[in-house]
Amino acid sequence: MTPAAPEGTFHAFMERARRTGTLVVQPRMGFGTAAQMRAGLIATKDAGPGTVGTVTLDSFTRVGDFASAGRALRAGDELNGYPIVTLGPQVTRDMLDGVRDADFPVQVRHGSASPGPIFAALMAAGLDATEGGPISYCLPYSRTPVNRSVHAWREVAQRFASLAETGTVPHLESFGGCMLGQLCPPSLLIAISVLEGMFFAQQGITSVSLSYAQQTHAGQDEEAVRALHDIAADLLPSVSWHVVIYAYMGRYPATRTGALSLLSASARLARRSGAARLIVKTASEASQIPSIAENVTALRVAARAGRASGPSLGAPPSTGIEAEARSIIGRVLDLHADLGRALTSAFALGYLDVPYCLHPDNAGRTRSYIADDGRLQWAATGALPITGTGGRPKAGGLTSAELLHALSYVRDRYDTGAFAHQ
Amino acid sequence: MSPHCIAEKRPKPYAVLSSTPSDSHTWNLLFVQMLMEENGWSVTNLGACVPVAMLMDESLRRVPDMIVLSTVNGHGAQEARQVIAALRAQPSLARVPVALGGKLCVSEDRERAVVDELVAAGFDAVLVGDTAVPVFRSLLTRAAAMPGRHAGRRA
Ligand code: B12
Repeated sequence: MTPAAPEGTFHAFMERARRTGTLVVQPRMGFGTAAQMRAGLIATKDAGPGTVGTVTLDSFTRVGDFASAGRALRAGDELNGYPIVTLGPQVTRDMLDGVRDADFPVQVRHGSASPGPIFAALMAAGLDATEGGPISYCLPYSRTPVNRSVHAWREVAQRFASLAETGTVPHLESFGGCMLGQLCPPSLLIAISVLEGMFFAQQGITSVSLSYAQQTHAGQDEEAVRALHDIAADLLPSVSWHVVIYAYMGRYPATRTGALSLLSASARLARRSGAARLIVKTASEASQIPSIAENVTALRVAARAGRASGPSLGAPPSTGIEAEARSIIGRVLDLHADLGRALTSAFALGYLDVPYCLHPDNAGRTRSYIADDGRLQWAATGALPITGTGGRPKAGGLTSAELLHALSYVRDRYDTGAFAHQ
Repeated sequence: MSPHCIAEKRPKPYAVLSSTPSDSHTWNLLFVQMLMEENGWSVTNLGACVPVAMLMDESLRRVPDMIVLSTVNGHGAQEARQVIAALRAQPSLARVPVALGGKLCVSEDRERAVVDELVAAGFDAVLVGDTAVPVFRSLLTRAAAMPGRHAGRRA
């Protein structure tokens, strides 16, 4: 059986943080060698209290190409993350030894639609927290058919849930609130996040987190995160859950000032909307894999911005995000009692359809745009079970310049200081 | 007949656009596809995480006038070497122009060093940084005008 987990698990740490109301901050950090990864985790721990460690995996490992990860290690070629499968459990145990403890849990973040070997490796290394989902780790991360991803995720979630037999509470976070990182209106992000949380619960997972990635408009985001809390409270009554905010996941500001002020805005969003955890982005996001020092700076900047703000007193006026999300979720739940099957059918029918997503199983009939007030809106809703809001008064399709312009909306505003006050 | 109509009669130049096997980023692919279409190309966009064999099969099914690789995940320099070796080893694809662009390494310093290596490995153009898109545009114009282009030829 899996060796005993250390005293402190991710779940227990987050429960404590929630009781004390501190915003937990976490990097998106991953390096190709055990020595660098260990140094990064130690620096993250030292930036605490209130930080959680991350081991982000490289993209050869994500697609199951372990041979290429091995070749890169032998050749000394740099990887874009930690090759947990290729290095093996003992190397990872040694890497974590004395770093991971009750006050410093570590989560594995990967992005794989075929996660079997990754779960085997992380569980063998004694880890109890990771991320994913049958949809959110499929569409943005692979060309794997949705039904195969559902199958694989059902299997790993059940295997992961069995850690409970060893006295550990395994924790699984949905990446559904991010998807392709940008230009997906909030209601669909909320729906996918909640549906994946419910999928995990159906496989026996008892501790989950639901994500939401900062988008183009602070007020819209706050409304969305409040809706996420309300819907999760209704639909996930029997599991422990919290909300995690991702600092902007699209094309990031290129200037240091712009990058850090966007990060601070995400920390304020997390505090205003009552989220428990924040995953940060660094000043080199726009250009290259960030250094350890840049990650530490980002953690400090985010924690400081979080401390300086508090929960909003009143909720922002509703623009209908919650009703839209509930409508999408309801239609998917009606498809089948087994959520895996419901999710697969929902994509086939276009009830779930992510704008601009090239995955072969995505219907591709939805479109979004950034309105004049900065809110992300539907331009075409395809077969999504929502009404009315679609239909931008623009004839013809988007041009490459218009696409780039929409993708650069947040970046440009922060680089020129236009959003500095938010 | 207007010159416009005459231009329409020529078959459009054809390109296969692909990511590398480990890269799942697609906004770059969508952007490059739209850019090429606006410049008069017809494009098959193979999407994310394209295995080398799939790129080969698609390119052999209908030999393109250009193969375009777009990658940003930082493994590009490593994977592009394998892709170009496979393409150049295939006689009917050995002379098809192949362009590579995006972010090729996990650090910008390293990237500058690999561009020349990749050209030596067989790429016709390796396009990174701020000049990538304008240089690519003029390359598209030149390639479309080439008399020996492959459009529509079966392998
Ligand atoms: C959105 C995004 C994602 C989304 C992608 C969703 C999807 N399916 O597309 C998600 C969140 C899923 C994601 C995942 C990952 N990402 Co990402 N992502 C980004 C981000 C924030 C924006 C990319 C974007 O939308 N660009 C919009 C397009 C239009 O611009 P572009 O890609 O830069 O392309 C331009 C040029 O490069 C050029 N170009 C590109 N290709 C070509 C080709 C030709 C021929 C030409 C001429 C020009 C050209 O033209 C474009 C317009 O100027 C960037 C950082 C940033 N830029 O802010 C990171 C970034 C690209 N991601 C990165 C990484 C590493 C990953 C991951 C591996 C996770 C990790 N370890 O951090 C995974 C990928 C997994 C995999 N299997 O590959 C790194 C790459 C690091 C590097 N190269 O040094 C970046 C730079 C972030 C960072 N600093 O760490 N990501």
